[in-house]
Amino acid sequence: MRAVLLALALALVLPPLDAAAQRIVADLSQERVAIDARFEGSELVVFGAIKPEPGVAHAPVEVIVTVSGPLRPVTVRRKSRVAGIWVNTEGVAIDAAPTLYKVATSAPLSEVLTAVEDLRRSITPERRIRAVDAREAGSEATDDFIAGLIRIRERQGLYAVQEGAVQLTDQALFSVNLALPANLVEGQYTAQVYLTREGEVVADFTRTIDVRKVGLERWIYTLAHQRPLVYGLVSIAIAIAAGWGASALFRWVRG
Amino acid sequence: MWGMLVYLPIAEVSVNAFLLLGLGGAVGVLSGMFGVGGGFLMTPLLFFIGIPPAVAVATEANQIVASSFSGVLAHLRRKTVDLKMGTVLLVGGLVGAGLGILLFNFLKAQGQVDLLVRLCYVVFLGVIGALMFVESLGAIRRTRAAREGGAPPPARKPRRGRGWVAALPFKMRFRTSGLYISVIPPLLVGVSVGVLAAIMGVGGGFIMVPAMIYLLGMPTKVVVGTSLFQIIFVTAFTTLLHATTNYTVDMMLAVLLLIGGVVGAQIGTQLGTKLKAEQLRILLALMVLAVCGKLAFDLLVQPAELYSIADPGGH
Repeated sequence: MRAVLLALALALVLPPLDAAAQRIVADLSQERVAIDARFEGSELVVFGAIKPEPGVAHAPVEVIVTVSGPLRPVTVRRKSRVAGIWVNTEGVAIDAAPTLYKVATSAPLSEVLTAVEDLRRSITPERRIRAVDAREAGSEATDDFIAGLIRIRERQGLYAVQEGAVQLTDQALFSVNLALPANLVEGQYTAQVYLTREGEVVADFTRTIDVRKVGLERWIYTLAHQRPLVYGLVSIAIAIAAGWGASALFRWVRG
Repeated sequence: MWGMLVYLPIAEVSVNAFLLLGLGGAVGVLSGMFGVGGGFLMTPLLFFIGIPPAVAVATEANQIVASSFSGVLAHLRRKTVDLKMGTVLLVGGLVGAGLGILLFNFLKAQGQVDLLVRLCYVVFLGVIGALMFVESLGAIRRTRAAREGGAPPPARKPRRGRGWVAALPFKMRFRTSGLYISVIPPLLVGVSVGVLAAIMGVGGGFIMVPAMIYLLGMPTKVVVGTSLFQIIFVTAFTTLLHATTNYTVDMMLAVLLLIGGVVGAQIGTQLGTKLKAEQLRILLALMVLAVCGKLAFDLLVQPAELYSIADPGGH
């Protein structure tokens, strides 16, 4: 409710910069996500207002909200049975897949977005994941591997398509709650809002979210990747100290 | 409080902190009670709770540094460490760890490292669990026979100075062990233990201790101390290699496991002196066989998800 009120206030206060482009005003509940040792996931609220076009009678508008993690290359492997045991036998290199990808819509996807528009804007997970090289190499099964990738990440809570999750009120206000799971990868995330009419995108809006490890998590991760030798030595030193400490402590306890 | 999740910065997963402390503690109790390293139980348990195998192996190597260091101090005080033999085993171990990491990283690039690690575990846990089971059944039978008044059948004495071991060149004198043998067999034992440390995230005591007794003919009282001495350095080296080539050592995970582990080991040592070892050893054997069975089952039965994701940059 507060989000909606805030959106209303924003819609009223902010002057339109460019009447054509500024059809949507939107904001996020947070622009920064800090991953610390106690991070158990977070919730992102994307909300905003749609400006009506005065004087023209139009088909109703719909809203699509996406949140995407940084794009990373991954290899998807498939197991098959070799000599009685299940072994990775085939692999497909995916050029870029978002580490997190959530899509929420205000109505069933088939009604809010045409296939052509999806192809152009890369909105559904299948379209967002890029595997140009694998397709070029003529790997027929690339789609199966992409489907496998999506399935695994859906189970991990990283990918989701939530049809009808966006609350659209009076063709003017919208809001959606998206769950960010605890297993987030750090990087620059983007939230995008698309306004569609008859399946075509008529306006869009983009915001970035900074997801960072902080504190001890930040220190460990940075050290491990930038000074791996020092990190390894520190790990060993901690282990030695703990081993010595435990031995000394219990000797003392026993007298 | 009991549901406290902790985010592991390198594994990049959230796990219940008390689960990790408890696992460390439980395996620590077992290792204290039976004088085993515990790595061969901990690493597969980490797979089961969803830690990526590469992170589990590397981090467990780091944890073993702590538990073996804690153990070796007691042996140094009692002067039951053959430092010269330990050094020879260590030289072999460092070479083996290097070879193991090369194999590990090669298979990782091929997407087969999980398979290698799991297969190694199935084979070693199966063999060790079965041997331990038979051995402890025999021990129980002997005690029972002794209690019923009959003369106990003699326990097997280690055979000393096998023909082919004695015939090898490059002999060296090991005063603490009272041996004059070739350095080749201890070097080879060291190499094989080093390879296992790098691939499986174990100390390798379960291979080294029998090899020292039966192959090298070392006296039993210096065997455990000397193997712990070697294990500290080999697992420390393995930790460094994994940290610098794979970035898979998770300090947070290691600390939680070793807090549980060192406390558990001390409790286990106390318990071990009070409880009947043979019966408990059968339980340990059954547990090892159960973990082996679960790993074998996962390899044999069609997985619910045939696809898996490997991240070429990270781990």
